[in-house]
Amino acid sequence: MHPVLKLVAQRIALGLLLLLAVSVVIFAGTEALPGDVASAILGQSATPEALANLREKLGLNEPALYRYFSWLGGVLTGDLGTALTNGQDIAQAIGQRLGNTIFLAACAAVISVPLAILLGLIAARYNGKWPDKLISGITLSTISLPEFVAAYFVIYLLTQVIPIFNPVAMVFPGMGFWEKLHAVALPVIVLVLVVLAHMMRMTRAAILNVMQSAYIETAELKGLSPMQVIWKHAFPNAIAPIVSVVVLNLAYLVVGVVVVEVVFSYNALGQYLVDHVSKRDLPVVQAVGLIFAAVYIALNILADVISIVANPRLRHPR
Amino acid sequence: MRIPFSALLGMIFTGAFFLAAIFADFIAPYPLDAAVGGVWESPSSTYWLGTDTIGRDILSRLIYGGQITIFVATASSLLAFGLGSFLGFLAATQGGWVDQALSRLVDLVMAIPSLIIALVVLSVLPISLTVLILVMGILDATRVFRLSRAVAMDITVMDYVEAARLRGEGKGWIIFREILPNALSPLVAEFGLRFIFAVLFISTLSFLGLGIQPPLADWGGMVKENKDALIYGKSAALMPALAIAALAISVNLVADWILSRTTSLKGGRGA
Amino acid sequence: MPETLLDIRNLRIEATSYPPGEPPRHVVLVDDVSVSVEKGKVLGLIGESGAGKSTIGLSAMSYGRGGVRLTGGHILLNGRDIRTAPPGALRKLRGKEVTYVAQSAAAAFNPARRLMEQVIETSLSHGVMTKPEAEARAVSLFRQLGLPNPETFGTRFPHQVSGGQLQRAMTAMALCPKPDLVIFDEPTTALDVTTQIDVLAAIKRAIHETGVAALYITHDLAVVAQVADDILVLRHGKKVEYGTTDQIINAPHEDYTRALVSVRSIDHAEKPEAPPLLQVQNVTARYRGTNFDVLKNVSVDLAPGQTLAVVGESGSGKSTLARAITGLLPPAQGRISFAGRSLSADLAGRSKDDLRELQMIYQMADVAMNPRQTVGTIIGRPLEFYFGLKGEAKRKRIQELLDQIEMGKGYENRYPAELSGGQKQRVCIARALAAKPKLIICDEVTSALDPLVADGILKLLLNLQAQEGVAYLFITHDLATVRAIADRIAVMFKGQVVRYGQKSDVLAPPFDDYTDLLLSSVPEMRLGWLEEVLAHRKMESAGN
Repeated sequence: MHPVLKLVAQRIALGLLLLLAVSVVIFAGTEALPGDVASAILGQSATPEALANLREKLGLNEPALYRYFSWLGGVLTGDLGTALTNGQDIAQAIGQRLGNTIFLAACAAVISVPLAILLGLIAARYNGKWPDKLISGITLSTISLPEFVAAYFVIYLLTQVIPIFNPVAMVFPGMGFWEKLHAVALPVIVLVLVVLAHMMRMTRAAILNVMQSAYIETAELKGLSPMQVIWKHAFPNAIAPIVSVVVLNLAYLVVGVVVVEVVFSYNALGQYLVDHVSKRDLPVVQAVGLIFAAVYIALNILADVISIVANPRLRHPR
Repeated sequence: MRIPFSALLGMIFTGAFFLAAIFADFIAPYPLDAAVGGVWESPSSTYWLGTDTIGRDILSRLIYGGQITIFVATASSLLAFGLGSFLGFLAATQGGWVDQALSRLVDLVMAIPSLIIALVVLSVLPISLTVLILVMGILDATRVFRLSRAVAMDITVMDYVEAARLRGEGKGWIIFREILPNALSPLVAEFGLRFIFAVLFISTLSFLGLGIQPPLADWGGMVKENKDALIYGKSAALMPALAIAALAISVNLVADWILSRTTSLKGGRGA
Repeated sequence: MPETLLDIRNLRIEATSYPPGEPPRHVVLVDDVSVSVEKGKVLGLIGESGAGKSTIGLSAMSYGRGGVRLTGGHILLNGRDIRTAPPGALRKLRGKEVTYVAQSAAAAFNPARRLMEQVIETSLSHGVMTKPEAEARAVSLFRQLGLPNPETFGTRFPHQVSGGQLQRAMTAMALCPKPDLVIFDEPTTALDVTTQIDVLAAIKRAIHETGVAALYITHDLAVVAQVADDILVLRHGKKVEYGTTDQIINAPHEDYTRALVSVRSIDHAEKPEAPPLLQVQNVTARYRGTNFDVLKNVSVDLAPGQTLAVVGESGSGKSTLARAITGLLPPAQGRISFAGRSLSADLAGRSKDDLRELQMIYQMADVAMNPRQTVGTIIGRPLEFYFGLKGEAKRKRIQELLDQIEMGKGYENRYPAELSGGQKQRVCIARALAAKPKLIICDEVTSALDPLVADGILKLLLNLQAQEGVAYLFITHDLATVRAIADRIAVMFKGQVVRYGQKSDVLAPPFDDYTDLLLSSVPEMRLGWLEEVLAHRKMESAGN
């Protein structure tokens, strides 16, 4: 088999194994910790009878290993069980909200990726000069902000100081695309802001790393124009690190989305997760947690695969 | 030694935040939980930063809230640091199965976003200060582990460490006299970054309602309490948000400077 | 009448560096240097590190690396001053009139593109020739430079060919657009000695056949003597001496040049055979997790107060032998005895005396000393550790050792970063001596140093051997160093000892093939050496 295919297959297999291990962690994280679900739901003052009843109802008296495998089997067949709090089918509830989350994240990605690469290029091109210092200074401060703080600054600025947006982002089924877009404008701006800084700084570092290579000097000494140097010599080598930077930051979006959804009361997966954590609704928390983790792992695998495929040493072995 | 202006500014602000947190009882003008004024009063000479959603003095709550935020962040980053760097050095110097087991475990935990793990775990555990500190500290220890293992690995392959081993030096001398002095500056810079991360993390959890619980107050929780004020054009929610940003940025400035000093020390070899 | 191609007059080059957290530092790299190159001639630029030779070389393309600025004088190329030429004009001449061959071709080739694309790139971008013409020329250059399968060589990626081949490919890249001048910046320094001679011969032949002029930059006078018509000797950015190669090599005017010419001519009388201090018997070793023997059945021994030189190229296993003896890599088979007792294979099983009596000095003194410890701590630790010396007694002994390594007073409280390369290596020697060892393993201890500094270290080592009676196991790739210091020699090739004995026997004919190749590949400080060797080799291969 071609070594690249082999490495990619290995990486994907490793990713699947990791995902399995993560499912164990998420299951164990909720089941094996001191205090069980029943007492968590009913609180400190619950009577022993009530506890026992609930345990029976939830199947908590089965051995943990058995419960894990029946849960895993359910997950694999798309049966995520029902929510403790309202008896709703979890898979269905997730299905309704997943679309909203993906819409929000996709909008943020579409804006932030080109912008980050552009700003990264500019900062790298003017390395150490004022455009670089300005961009780096601003991004350093946005990196220091948690998502919800950035969110409130943006809300204050764009609903109070310059009132052009509505602070609550509501989307309904049946809303038109542009209507939806206007509704999510604020959360998207916030997400772009948080993810942009990381992505731009890493892009800048990746480009600078390539530009400092000896073969770039060789290209300059060949009398090539700056555009030729960048296009023919820097770009083919910078593309892999930049793409993997982008993908890694999309993984970072996964977390950002949770908080931003809560800030804007945006009815989607993150909001759903946080709600049910406070309600201690375990089946929901497990299912949604697993989905977030799976997306995160998948993106990380994608980043690795891209850097494997883009490596000429692996593509053209000796 | 010349300290750049930005780092100096960072140090002054960081110092001020810590002093305010330590001496909160002496400098806060009002008690934490007393409704002393009207709802969402604007800043005035009596209430320097205005009042909150039920008429409590925001400045006093900020000072007490800072105490909690900084305490939790410090405690959890100390835990993360102690645990992470001890295990990281152990893995690097011991190698073999110890290294393999620890590294794979850390890989596993780091494969899931910290916030997601924290949410999953906090859905079961009772939410208390101790639990929060433990959860945050352990999750963050994975990152410290990676860094300190990498730094220690870089150093253990140096000829001067080999020279010490050939001389017959014991593990203690090698770790504390050969490796640690050279690993210290990147680790100190990392401590700054971990501390910021902890501040952001606890604030985020509190904002989501899963962190510090009333009657205690912290900055993230204060943003949550006052978030509706924004809709009415009041700045009450921005004050704790500003406090979080200011603390994070000032620590970042200091950490950035320490980090650049570290790389320049390393660069001495490459150049 | 000869035509002047490059005429450098009163060149001054300055640079500003910005160490983080410190005020900017301003330095003059080249001061008032004048030199010229005629069409079709080769000028050698020679000097130690920091002499400014590469900086001058790049100035022929009006190029300054990093913060380097060409601040004064004239650089006339084909009659026009290019020092102050605008970037557009410089782009037109770089890669067309002047081309460049870097020291590390491995780093200078773009890893993502095929060799052919890169070799013909300038010919196309400057419109010198069409693509088929350029490719045909590249193939003929590949052939001229002795590259394997010249027709298909260009379809490979840089990582798919060896270092020596890459260096020749870079030469082809430089020659392809038919330039007037090629700058060779230490093109053979990174290569093994037997590869160096091939590349050197290929470069010389290519220069001769294309009639191109060249600047040949190197720190090795013996190498430049083989290719250059004229030589400029530089030191600290200033001219020391400028003349024909014949005059510089055979009748140098300046003391500094004389020192460079006579470098590595130390010789010492071989000591007679004696009962061994160290005996390595049938040692076979491999690295963990591999099934390839890096050492195969190696047996050598070494008498007290004598020097055993272990010579070989990279990958010969010579450093692995050192690791086996020190206990860092326990051998799979064989035994090592030292001072009459059998040494434990594993480091952990050795007594404190075993460790004390067997010391080691490394190639890179920079990383062999903890940057956070002072010279006093570095030398003092073995005194404290092995002999329990403290306070005044320790201080006195440290000073004695510093005197022994000819460094004198005032160094105790300095950090390694404050020392020069030679001083760092001396401190490492003092650290080894502090243990009062019977044997010191010296792993390429002079190969990272400039020739004159290396000579100083070798002389010091010889003196110390005479005073202290310590034995050296001296690992090196450099046969000149071996002549200077060895009593006994072991030649290693692919993990085996291929020739072994007293110096006078090993270095005298009849030779085995590998030793012959190795010995004949070492550049000698005289004109015409390269031709002699090549003619000799041709004759031999014709005879076979």
